[in-house]
Amino acid sequence: MTNPTVPDLASPALSAGSQPPAKPRPGVLRRLVKRRLAVLGLVIIAITVLGAIFAPWLTAFGPDEQLFDGLTLSGEPLPPNVTYWLGSDLLGRDLLTRILYGARTSLFIGVVANGTALVIGTLIGVTAGYLRGWIGGALMRFTDLMMAFPALLLAICLAAVFEPSLWIVALVIALVNWVQTARVMFTQTSSLVEREFIAAERTIGASGARILFKHILPHLVPTIIVWGTLGISTTVLLEATLSYLGIGVQPPTPSWGNIIFENQTYFQAAPWLVFFPGIAILALALAFNLVGDALRDILDPTQRGRE
Amino acid sequence: MIAYLGRRIVQSVLILLGISIITFALLYLLPADPVRQIAGRSATPATVESIRRQLGLDQPFLVQYGRYLANLLHGDLGRSYIQRSEVSQLIISRLPATLLLMVGAIVCELLIGLTMGLVAAVRRGSRTDNSLMVASFVGVSAPQFVVGLLLLYVFAVRLSWFPIGGYGTFRHLVLPSLTVGIMGAGWYARMMRSSMVDVLHQDYIRTARAKGLGRLKVLLGHALPNAILPIVAMVGIDIGILMGGIVVVESVFGWPGIGQLVWQAIQRVDIPIIMGVTLVSALAIVLGNLLADLIAPFIDPRIKLR
Repeated sequence: MTNPTVPDLASPALSAGSQPPAKPRPGVLRRLVKRRLAVLGLVIIAITVLGAIFAPWLTAFGPDEQLFDGLTLSGEPLPPNVTYWLGSDLLGRDLLTRILYGARTSLFIGVVANGTALVIGTLIGVTAGYLRGWIGGALMRFTDLMMAFPALLLAICLAAVFEPSLWIVALVIALVNWVQTARVMFTQTSSLVEREFIAAERTIGASGARILFKHILPHLVPTIIVWGTLGISTTVLLEATLSYLGIGVQPPTPSWGNIIFENQTYFQAAPWLVFFPGIAILALALAFNLVGDALRDILDPTQRGRE
Repeated sequence: MIAYLGRRIVQSVLILLGISIITFALLYLLPADPVRQIAGRSATPATVESIRRQLGLDQPFLVQYGRYLANLLHGDLGRSYIQRSEVSQLIISRLPATLLLMVGAIVCELLIGLTMGLVAAVRRGSRTDNSLMVASFVGVSAPQFVVGLLLLYVFAVRLSWFPIGGYGTFRHLVLPSLTVGIMGAGWYARMMRSSMVDVLHQDYIRTARAKGLGRLKVLLGHALPNAILPIVAMVGIDIGILMGGIVVVESVFGWPGIGQLVWQAIQRVDIPIIMGVTLVSALAIVLGNLLADLIAPFIDPRIKLR
């Protein structure tokens, strides 16, 4: 768009035969920061990451610390005030502290669950698209089957089967979320396999592994980046929902979803206990959606020139 | 067409079969013991064993599944462990509420989403367009339980425009439908915008303008119907997403649908109900997808069913 000389990884004409450039697309980040919405997304993500890392230094309280003056004399949570910026929760803990520590949970689940889902989805999609035949067919039928599964119900059943811990919740979400990625990877791979440059590689005797890793996977990198980013948003929302239902991350480990779960009986009197963690979930999911969408515009050749 | 339909129906049945196996296996592996739940804490080991035998839960997995499947073919989803009533009866009694909620949600998401997309496409590149697209992103990124709780707080607790929860009148329906609909509205706004932008670039739109038709007439008479049809066909696919939301939204609003039914069943390890509701939701999703595919060639004659 702005820089027409940037080599296009996804177009076959440029990368056919030649090695893909070692540094992927030098222009992507520069083009990303030219979009105001993407910048907003990046800023929100940066704030969340910094808040999660530096939580112990950013707040004077511990996440599980029930503060002596954290409740009113009649035992009610405190509204936002000078000492407790976002108020205190039902047990007299500082809400800001719990939200900061909760960011760790959300980011952990976002990265681990989505990373796992991405690996599973890419493996299944690429295998099915490359091999085809009965193995590919079987894999894609299985993917179709998972598509028809009511996702939240599946997650609830899985969460009920395993004892919920941080890793298990991440695994459950990964097991539900790989399906979309697999579909996209399958479509892309099966159209790539048809291209001339793959046939040319075959005729000069390249091995299957070489074709897969040197030629097919590099072409899938843009798609993986886009889906990896958008997927974190879905993951964050699913974790929050499971934790809200009480079958995700278990208290006292703070998670934005379980903060709302713990306090919702009181939300008519103390709406900030739902409002602030809710905003946090929304902002993080929104941020990854904004960045992912901008990345898709930049990286996906089929979307180019549409606007 | 008939061959295609036949193949798709066979496929759908196989998918449902697969889902029933996976769900049954998951519930079989459940660490919580349903018999303990039924018998209560004070039951003697002998009572527990006799209940287990009565329910056939002492049998191996394949025997249990085979028995379930055989009953399913007769339309029998079994009996609830706790309430002792037939699962099919329970689901049928709860289904109207859920269907009503879904209709409400679809109306909300189409009304909000299509309007947003239409305005954004017409005012492409403007500030209105940008803010509408940001709004659509917010809609897509908003967790449903937070939207539901916030709507409840503002419109039911504070303003008392709508009841806080429950079921029965039109006023009960508004907030839950809006809660489910807001996420979908975000998707529809984006799809509608890109569909409308595509249509507005077509030659026949230029022709219509060239022959002297007014801007509004071209927009509403020529562009809108063509842009809207492929979107409406998406409603079939949407059913899966709506189904995902009902557990949460029904529990926030105390809506007596199958979402609440299954949520209570999950907490009490009432396996027949969990199985039944999962199968009914999967059936709805499969039918929705089938419907969307069958409508497609009527909307766009270039699509051939193969």
